[in-house]
Amino acid sequence: MDRTDELVEKVNAAIADRKPLRLIGGGSKDFYGCLLQGEPLYLSGHRGIIDYAPEELVVTVRAGTPLAELEQALASQGQMLPFEPPHFGPATVGGAVASGLSGPRRPFVGAVRDFVLGTKLLTGRGEVLSFGGRVMKNVAGFDVSRLMAGSLGTLGVILEVSLKVLPKPEREWTLCQEVEADKALELMSAWMGQSLPLSALAYEEPYMYLRLSGTERAVADAARRIGGERLAEGEDFWQELREQRRPFFTEGEGDLWRLAVPPAAPWPDIAGRFLLDWGGAQRWVHTLEAPTRLFQLAAELNGHATLFRTKGARYEVFQPLPENLAKLHKALKEAFDPYRIFNPGRMYPEW
Amino acid sequence: MTTNCALVRALRRLLPRDAVLAEPEELKPYECDGLSAYRRLPQVVVLPYTAEQVQAVLAWCYAHDVPVVARGAGTGLSGGSLPQENGVLLCLGRLNRILAIDPANRTACLQPGVCNLAISQAARPYGLYYAPDPSSQIACTIGGNVAENAGGIHCLKYGLTVNNVLGLVFLTAAGEEIRVGGSGLDGPGLDILAMLHGSEGLLGILTEVTVRLLPLPEAARVLMAAFDSVTQAAEAVGAVIRAGLIPAGLEMMDKVTIKGVEDFLQVHYPQEAEAILLCEVDGFAAQVEEELALAREVLVASGACEVWVASDETERQRFWAGRKAAFPAIGRITPDYYCMDGTIPRGRLAEVLAGIAQLSQKYGLRVANVFHAGDGNLHPLIMYDAAVPGELERVERLGDEILALCVQVGGAITGEHGVGVEKLNGMCYQFTLKELAQFHAVKRAFDPKGLLNPGKAIPTLARCIELGRAHVRGGQLGHPELERF
Repeated sequence: MDRTDELVEKVNAAIADRKPLRLIGGGSKDFYGCLLQGEPLYLSGHRGIIDYAPEELVVTVRAGTPLAELEQALASQGQMLPFEPPHFGPATVGGAVASGLSGPRRPFVGAVRDFVLGTKLLTGRGEVLSFGGRVMKNVAGFDVSRLMAGSLGTLGVILEVSLKVLPKPEREWTLCQEVEADKALELMSAWMGQSLPLSALAYEEPYMYLRLSGTERAVADAARRIGGERLAEGEDFWQELREQRRPFFTEGEGDLWRLAVPPAAPWPDIAGRFLLDWGGAQRWVHTLEAPTRLFQLAAELNGHATLFRTKGARYEVFQPLPENLAKLHKALKEAFDPYRIFNPGRMYPEW
Repeated sequence: MTTNCALVRALRRLLPRDAVLAEPEELKPYECDGLSAYRRLPQVVVLPYTAEQVQAVLAWCYAHDVPVVARGAGTGLSGGSLPQENGVLLCLGRLNRILAIDPANRTACLQPGVCNLAISQAARPYGLYYAPDPSSQIACTIGGNVAENAGGIHCLKYGLTVNNVLGLVFLTAAGEEIRVGGSGLDGPGLDILAMLHGSEGLLGILTEVTVRLLPLPEAARVLMAAFDSVTQAAEAVGAVIRAGLIPAGLEMMDKVTIKGVEDFLQVHYPQEAEAILLCEVDGFAAQVEEELALAREVLVASGACEVWVASDETERQRFWAGRKAAFPAIGRITPDYYCMDGTIPRGRLAEVLAGIAQLSQKYGLRVANVFHAGDGNLHPLIMYDAAVPGELERVERLGDEILALCVQVGGAITGEHGVGVEKLNGMCYQFTLKELAQFHAVKRAFDPKGLLNPGKAIPTLARCIELGRAHVRGGQLGHPELERF
């Protein structure tokens, strides 16, 4: 169902009245980011797969399409969204792109932004513009499409998106090994440095979890080389990790923080429970420590911190930006949404 | 143009003596990049040694409204680093230090002038390498690779430059330093890191690039398939992908190219074939063996008259040597050639190649096709003789028609070479005036005075309107209001 005209009308009205809009796909990631401000603009009615050619490895969908519906369509052709976006509820494709979140396969194949080939946008001037396309390589014009991944709806309404997809691996095995916490990062680094058919690598004390993907022989060969116990219900583990349904996420006190750091960075000196994903590059921490402490720690490790889930205030959610970079963010917001209509303050309170 | 003009004097105060060139004979080597059809002398060339010197040059130019064009190794193919007559050509080749190789995090931190191939050479002792491998990799720099979002033979499986860079440090036109990304997998805020890729020196000047390194594949095997028709070869490309294979490389050459290469190098390519495909699989050894068997099966089923598997590393190198030498090989059989860079959906390969053959006849100009079939990136080489009056104009008209064909089937005017000065008109095909206006707004966010590489990559709206070229999308003309002009 193409609701472009209706959405353009609503956005133009909001521009005329200078009234901010809060973009809502499935509402599954309302917990994420800073403030939710403005009149709701519902996008889930603008849905449907526009074009899917499996042999092109490209799918073009309207942003309000349920993520589950897209994944099902791809699975019926033996394909997948390689970046394994988390749903966290009734997610839409547009929300998955705008939130920029990726699952366990990310360090091995790429993030959402690596698979965005093109977008159709509704800008803060009420204009419908297309960038990128449906081809694998395209350097005509600035890469506005990739900029939309992780922009939290602050620059415009994503109307359509073209995504690169990949064939599902023939076989996937999950191995599990008991490993002491202080050995985990070193071991991860050693495996990541080898030519192995890895597709996920996580550590939840006291177990290391590895997923292998490939042909039957390759997976069996690699499993022999790595060792460990093969989990019969391995895929369930990765699903629970991706959707944050493991007890680590659902139980206990404190805020859930995400630390994105160089994978071999040392354990941060902080009181809390840890779970390592992405071969060490994405670290989940349950802690009661203050945001300033987390931001400082992340910066010291040459990474950044995000207050992912909290029952408290959501003012300091993302790593503060240095002055020059913050200025550039404001200028980009101005370039796409001069009247500050879309999701004001969702990423940084100043804009 | 004199050596004692105010600009040159000011730059000499900021930089060491040998870092400022202003004599006409010194400027001459910088008049063009890899696209020599466009030439222009800069007012002055600077060759700074440090990021601080780059910053000083930018700050001065900003204060005095002097345009700045950045240049790496000058291997670009779209005139992206064509100098400005009234500006500074900023060469970053002396910032060529590898600052760090970090094997534990599998990253390399580089100055922008580091040569692409040098990264993999430096990473090799750690069992790592840098994946993007544009054909100019023995000369081109990582800074230029980022500016053009360079691809190469292996990008179907390993991605373009944008998919392999983790962090950047760049200077704005005003000389302010900005860091984006890092050595982890993402950074905070908007993905400005991605935005810089392919921005052709219009948004910022790079001073540091952190790239992701990958473990060297345990095995790599290549096979060569010969076909009786270009159409069959094109269809085989789709069949390989449909079979669930993502080859590390999937390259196609037509008969003209095969003959040119064979005369040049004697790599034993099959001379009777109308087209050949080179298909490489790499990675974990057991996986590679199985994928190789599957690829062979698919190619035979797709009508390949013969399939050869390179038996050892020497033979593998020989198979690839021909592909890598294709451009110079064509250069031997024609006085001049013009290299294009359109991309199309893979499924339209056969149709577009037939279209190019027809256009080639229509214009009476020979076209050789050698390209990255796996990702639908065509490189038609139009052969001509610049000494024949009017021939270059014919080439340009043929080129325009080929690009229009690419856009019509849902493709793009450039896959990896960039727009530069060369494809400004093509941009009018590809984008509407409003989309171009949005690009200009992005440019202003980074560079409000418009001093960085002005006039490149994004055409002015006036140019597209004057050209009277309506943009074509999905076979339908966009903004019909253009006819009123």
